[in-house]
Amino acid sequence: MASVGDRRRIERGAFPALLAALRSEGYRILGPTVRDAAIVYDEITAESDLPIGWTDRQGAGTYRLERRDDEALFGYTVGPFSWKRHLFPSRERLWTARRTGDGFEVDPEPPDDRPVAILGARACEIAAMGITDRVFAGAHRDPGYQARRSRLFVLAVQCGQAGGTCFCTSMGTGPGVTGGYDLSLTEILGPGGHRFLAVVGSEAGGRVLDRVPTVPAGDADGAAAEAIVARTAASMGRSMDTTGIRELLPGRPEHPRWEIVARRCLACTNCTMVCPTCFCSTTEEVPSLDAEKAERWRRWDSCFNSQFSQLHGGSVRQSTASRYRQWLTHKLSTWHEQFGTSGCVGCGRCITWCPVGIDLTEEVAAIRVPAPPATAPRGNR
Amino acid sequence: MASSAPAATAAAPHPYAPTPYRVLSRVSETADTVTITLAPARGAALGAHRPGQFNMVYAFGVGEVAVSISDDAVAPAPLVHTVRAVGQVTSALARAVPGQVLGVRGPYGRPWPIAGAHGKDVLVVGGGLGLAPLRPLLKELLAHRDRFGRIEIIYGARTPKDLLYYPQIQSWRQRSDWRVQVTVDAAGREWYGDVGLVTARLPDVRLEPARTVAFLCGPEIMMRNTARDLVDRGIPESAIWLSLERNMKCAIAQCGHCQFGPVFVCREGPVFAYTEIRRLLAVREV
Amino acid sequence: MTESVRPPESALRVADHPFLRGLDPSLIESLAEHAVERDFEPGEFVVRDGEIADGCYLVFHGKIALEVSAPDRGRLTIQTVGPGEVLGWSWLTPPYRWQVDARALKHVRAVRLDAEVLRRTFAEMPEAGYQFLLRLLPVIAQRLENTRIQLLDVHGV
Repeated sequence: MASVGDRRRIERGAFPALLAALRSEGYRILGPTVRDAAIVYDEITAESDLPIGWTDRQGAGTYRLERRDDEALFGYTVGPFSWKRHLFPSRERLWTARRTGDGFEVDPEPPDDRPVAILGARACEIAAMGITDRVFAGAHRDPGYQARRSRLFVLAVQCGQAGGTCFCTSMGTGPGVTGGYDLSLTEILGPGGHRFLAVVGSEAGGRVLDRVPTVPAGDADGAAAEAIVARTAASMGRSMDTTGIRELLPGRPEHPRWEIVARRCLACTNCTMVCPTCFCSTTEEVPSLDAEKAERWRRWDSCFNSQFSQLHGGSVRQSTASRYRQWLTHKLSTWHEQFGTSGCVGCGRCITWCPVGIDLTEEVAAIRVPAPPATAPRGNR
Repeated sequence: MASSAPAATAAAPHPYAPTPYRVLSRVSETADTVTITLAPARGAALGAHRPGQFNMVYAFGVGEVAVSISDDAVAPAPLVHTVRAVGQVTSALARAVPGQVLGVRGPYGRPWPIAGAHGKDVLVVGGGLGLAPLRPLLKELLAHRDRFGRIEIIYGARTPKDLLYYPQIQSWRQRSDWRVQVTVDAAGREWYGDVGLVTARLPDVRLEPARTVAFLCGPEIMMRNTARDLVDRGIPESAIWLSLERNMKCAIAQCGHCQFGPVFVCREGPVFAYTEIRRLLAVREV
Repeated sequence: MTESVRPPESALRVADHPFLRGLDPSLIESLAEHAVERDFEPGEFVVRDGEIADGCYLVFHGKIALEVSAPDRGRLTIQTVGPGEVLGWSWLTPPYRWQVDARALKHVRAVRLDAEVLRRTFAEMPEAGYQFLLRLLPVIAQRLENTRIQLLDVHGV
């Protein structure tokens, strides 16, 4: 039996056996697929669901699918979806209250205990799950999140290329996968044939791999995988200087850049929706028409919504500048104080999916430049 | 990964699920504010609370809102909440009649650090609805009167009609073992008390700055100005405690709404030392 | 309303008032010379909107309500002035007319410093007058802050 740390080689032709093995182990498979001109995550029933031969070209405010000149299965970076959508669904029923003779009874939503395998988790995405774990597993564990997380099989795939908005090297989260997986793959193309280097990360991963035809990986496979990760690391589309960032952003709440970025920001909430770690939510009450039942739902919310900081007299953060400042300061600075980690994994989604192409790496660099000192009015001396 | 996170225990109560509580009484405080008293509708009851903490209170079919606990901390149940009808949920709670069942979950948040005031003079400043979370503190001060030095209380409201707990305030004012000053922003001819800001009453307060602990709750601008004046009088910033209000949806530091800089007001607050938040209070729209 | 001119006794009391305490003794002496002790029964007006501002009131006892009135709102007290506090600055600048009603809420004992004496003394002793103004300005500032808070209606929303 394959044990933790074992390195095996899977030939391209044996890949369908991996999907079959996951199903045999009882997992429903979620993975990448092409839909609506993007690579999104959805149910995978066959290898043909995968974005074979597709890649993505990303920049600030742009995302385009393009054909590759090979038949890579994982030849893209990340799309608008992240695994947050599975672990922390955009809408989730928390409980249902039933009217009774003298009041009501509350029935918590039974946890979803179907085991799920996520196929193609990137290093930055595994880091993101590590971050949301800290949010939902504090003193008050979120039962839905915990149930899904505890039954999650993470099949990681190391990135073979970096996207135009990627900066995981700056955030220390990738592109190499270092932990948090059951099974990790590196897709190797070119000389030696289309193949995968598999590394076992858990006993569950070993059990799955035992059902797949493999051979022990050679030194050449290991070296090829390392070269792939090194090449990806060297081709990041963006970078961010994180030196002293925890003090930088909260220390400059009046920096003129906040107002400048706010002139472009539409407060559309896209960045928070695509972010794999943004966890803000609101609750809503959904009563039945006969008023016999009331459901409590939780849905994603965003600090960019004007109602988000609503108090009885009005919103605390009225200006877009204050909301952008809240988002960026939280993500890169105060997150550390709350959860002992940055809230950013460098995946670049917020840059790509911003309709006006606001780039947080650029904003941080601008805020790093001290505000010009106030100048005396002309004619004063 | 499959083996990393422990499975959710089925026995643990859902953190968002309210416990049914029955309304025992309802008292109108002002034109739009009522005080309701609640007791467990069935066996299940919430854990013990401390002065300054809050609950999430739920109206069936309408929704849930954070409300400070304003009852007698010395005695156990019932729960007391004072609610101002400003939105859908608070209006539903304010309409609740005796016998009706509401939902409650909590208690949440950091309480007033009362033990830190033992052996000290105590100044309590409340504004408007801010008296609600201060009332359990006042009751505890009285219950252990000998543990504290001089006690000064200032309460401000918009008009005399907006004063909470009026009969109780009248009885508090008769006591000789503390001093209660009441002031309003504006009043008609029927009012013979003070008119002006709570900060205008501060110069009257006799206290030894070095051995005084202050507890403030009310509109943020009122707390900010009061804290500023108290610091000017020599009260250490670390001895000034404020209770903040922010939008709250979950009360368990998961929904993100109540963030105030690095803190979640629901978890690290709502009570803060002035030292902890002074810098943030000075920044707009945090 | 009772009015009595008692310079020797007033001088002593005037100097004791917290508002004047510590000011130039020769200034206090000049002001005290023409100071008038005034008593007001509850309900009685201390000053009336539109009338000549005859001086500055140092309150020793009681409570004075500053009132504004509007046809549809009735009388509204916007601030109260109590012992140790001072009432009035309209005497300082033209047109020397009160812009507020002040009414005794509880029996008031106050000393009125005469407006003309104040203005003349300040002209003769500008430095001492400046010190006096430095104390009056916070009173004005506090009234302004009070008005701002009322405008925000912080308790109401």
